[in-house]
Order: sequence, then structure tokens, then C-alpha cells
Amino acid sequence: MTNKMIFAGFGGQGVLLMGFITALTAMRQGKNVTYLPAYGAEVRGGTANCTVVISDEEIASPVASNPDYVIVMNNPSLVRFANMVAPGGTLLINSSLVHGEIKRDDVTVVPVPLNELAHELGEDRSANVIMVGALAQATGVLSIEALKEALAETGLGKKPKVLELNRRALEVGANTARQALAKEKSA
Amino acid sequence: MGEAAVRAGCRYYFGYPITPQNEVPEYMSGRLLQVGGTFVQAESELASVNMVIGAAMAGARVMTSSSSPGVSLMQEGISYLAGLELPAVIANVVRGGPGLGNIAPAQSDYFQATRGGGHGDYRTIVLAPASCQELCDLTFKAFDLADKYRNPVMIMGDGMMGQMMEPVEFPELIDPADLPAKDWTITGAKDRPSRVILSLLLNPKVLEDHNFKLVRKYDAVTREETDWEEYMLEDARQVVVAYGTAARIAKGAIKRVREMGLKVGLLRPKTLWPFPDKPLKELTRVVRQLLVFEMSAGQMVEDVRLAVEGQAQVHLYGRPGGVIPTPDEVAHQISHYYYQAGLMDKDQPSGRLGGAA
Repeated sequence: MTNKMIFAGFGGQGVLLMGFITALTAMRQGKNVTYLPAYGAEVRGGTANCTVVISDEEIASPVASNPDYVIVMNNPSLVRFANMVAPGGTLLINSSLVHGEIKRDDVTVVPVPLNELAHELGEDRSANVIMVGALAQATGVLSIEALKEALAETGLGKKPKVLELNRRALEVGANTARQALAKEKSA
Repeated sequence: MGEAAVRAGCRYYFGYPITPQNEVPEYMSGRLLQVGGTFVQAESELASVNMVIGAAMAGARVMTSSSSPGVSLMQEGISYLAGLELPAVIANVVRGGPGLGNIAPAQSDYFQATRGGGHGDYRTIVLAPASCQELCDLTFKAFDLADKYRNPVMIMGDGMMGQMMEPVEFPELIDPADLPAKDWTITGAKDRPSRVILSLLLNPKVLEDHNFKLVRKYDAVTREETDWEEYMLEDARQVVVAYGTAARIAKGAIKRVREMGLKVGLLRPKTLWPFPDKPLKELTRVVRQLLVFEMSAGQMVEDVRLAVEGQAQVHLYGRPGGVIPTPDEVAHQISHYYYQAGLMDKDQPSGRLGGAA
């Protein structure tokens, strides 16, 4: 079983950290994993994306032609990556910012209103971790418990308060995705 | 790379920052302090490579790292290292060129690395890892090779390898004090005759002898150290030749075309110099078509053509400028040439992926 995912957005949205947390968690769960970031010379505002491959077998290419999951954090990323998703794959969309039309009927779309959810949680910067929770729910490959453990190994684990908040963010994301997926199924 | 170097006994790092390899000096600046080593951020690449020469003369395991434009600046020093027969490790995390180019992954420094970008009759051993684990293993090995042959060893990575993360298992830490003593180092001549390490040999006969001595060493390296990986070659009718990051992408492409029934394999040089020309020549007994895939406008393809001596068709898929092709794009090229040469089985359904891009 191989899962390829691309995370894409603006620099500053925590795009690379999303991929890093995902890759780290999968490694801790005993999977083969590659994490490949790609970003411009800018610190904020440039395009940023990363590719994560999680597999039970040896990973040939860390570059994905047709990812199974694409996480879209802004409009330019929708334009660039929406057509790359493998048929039957999943698009997770930051629906607070992304309003473009999705012209495909062979993929599952999971809208997650990240800005509103993060604001409700009391920390706007937790948007990216909410999305990781949603991704875990959509893939079924990552367990929320393992993600919570892995968070402690990242910069988010330095302060107990921040760690606790981000662990809650994971659950918010997972719940949102669960509801969205149930809705998609019944539709 | 940094941790592997420390574990191999490297205690000296001299470098000057450049993207996309700044993670190495950043790591070394902290790590070397913990093991009693020395980290110097020099004022330039020229200064760093000359500091490397000094530390190597004193017998230390020493390295520097840079990226393409920085490595160009170091070429004079690398030529001196080779002439002086000094062991040192130089890592080039290659980015797009020529000139300042960009900071994206590329393989366009192949000529510079394998032909010796500096002056004079010399060779550097060039290692080309294709995964983070191999980057670790080959960095470790680079220090042994450098000491064994008293020769500079270059590690050719690229911007993608410089940024990618994968799980890695590290070798045991070596204490530099446990390494075999070197009987040629310049450490002060108290209680022993003085030693001389010199690359200025004005007498042509003396320099010729020195050059032939180097040639004999390079012959030994070629015999002993040529290394490559074979992937799905058993029944292959077409073989892709690729190294480093490009080889990873090619493997993904080969998996894809194998699903369609195309019999394609991969030969991946792990040493770019010495180049695995014998196994390539050997291949041409059964394989008539080779496809060289590299992230440059076509450099290694020349070595492949030299190796097969006209016994196989050699096609090139070169993508310069820091573009990383996807496995699908490589698969298109593979299938294009495969069908063009009529290599498919007679009863094979046409699962053709389309023509060359």
C-alpha cells in the first residue's frame, strides 16, 4: 500500500510543517516514508509545497505524478494541483480561502473551513494542524494518537500549552473531515 | 551528511553558506562543538578549500560542502588537493546553472566533477547517492576512500537530496584517535626527519613521474572502487541509465511501464568516476537500446556512449535548469523509444503512453 500526497499553499501557512508532521508520524508508525519540500527563496508569500510518500514497500520515486491526496491551502494551488490528483483520489480544500470551481467528478472533495475553525479554537496559527487531522481521517493511514505523539517531537511540542492546543486542533480537523466525508457519501 | 561525517571521524568543517546545502554547515556548527571538533565559516569558498588543504596536511579527516557556484570557486584548491595527494571530502549539492542559475535541484555539474574542474592531469573520486540512507553511507565511505587513496572524494548530491527527508540508520561513531596513523602528515618534525608535501615540481621529468604515479593510483581506484546498482535487468530489452535523484524518478517510471508489460531495467552508477563502463559494455550483448535520463542538457550520456562503443543505441532524456520531471514524464520517454524500436511482444496490447514531449 502506497499513499502519495502533496501539500500546497503560500509560504507562511505552515505547508511544510504539515508534510513534516505527516511524514514523521508515518515513520514512527513503522512505514517507509519520503518528505520532499519545494519552495522559493522567499520566507513568506511565495509558493510552497511538499510531497510525502508513505508506503509499506521501498519507495522508488519521492516525486509524485498523480498523488492520491492533495491538500490545497490557497487558490493558486488549486489551479496547479487539482488536475494531478489520481482518479478516485481526494482533494482536501481550505474552504476559507479557496473558492475556485473544481471541475472533476472522479475525486472526493473534503472542504475544511480552516480559518474559522482555527479562530474558534482560539489560535489562528493552528489552521495547518487542523488540516493534518482532516488528512488523517481521510487517509486512515495515520492514527490521531500517533500524530499527537509526533507533535511533541516538533517545534510545537516545546510549550505544553501550545502542544495541547494543537492536539485539540488535530481532533477538530478529524471531526470536520468525518462529517464532510459522511455528507459526500450520502449525496 | 553532517552526522555521517562526524561518525566517520571528521572533526573539521570549513565552508561558506550557499543554498541548497546550508543545512550541512548549520548542523556541523553545533555538532562539531559537541565532539571537540572545529567549525569555521570562512570568508569565501577559496578560503574554505584552502583551510581544508591545511587540515588534510596535518592528517585530520576534514570536509567542506557547497553548491555549484561555490564548488566552481573551489576548483583550484581541489586541483591542489589532488596534486598534493591529500585526502578530503567535498560535497556538491548541485543546483541549476550555469552562472548563479537558480536554487532548484540539477545534475549539471557532472562534467565538472568527473573531468576535474580544475587544472592538470587529475581525477577526483565521485560518489552519487540516491537516497538519504545512501547519502549517509557514502559520506561515511568517502572518508575511508579519501584516506585509502590519499585523494579528494566528491559527493554529488542535488538540491532535492539537500532538502528531502527520509528515515536513516547511522553507523557507529568512530573515534579519530582509533584511525590508522598516517606516515606522511606534517605535524612538526620534532624527533623525526622532516617531511615535504609539494605540488610544485619544476623538473618536467620529476613531474612526469609524479603524474604517472597518480595514473597508477587512478587505475587502482578504477579496478577496486567502481560501483553501481542493477535494477530489473534480468529480462530487460531497454535499460535506463540514471544516477542520484534522477535514478529514483526513473525507478518510479520503470515500475509504471512494467505494469504495462514493457521489459525495462535500470543501471545506476553509484560512482560517477570511476564510471561503470564495463557493466554497461557487458549489457550491450543482450540490450540494444539505452536511455540516459539526467537532470542536465546531457553530460553523463557522453560517458555512456564511450562505454558502449557504438554497440547500442543511446538516447538522451535531459532536463536542465532545475526542472524535476515526474515519473510519468520519464515513463513517456521510455515507452516512446521502446515502441519506436519495436521491442514489444508481438501479442502485446498497445498500452502506448504517447510520444516524446
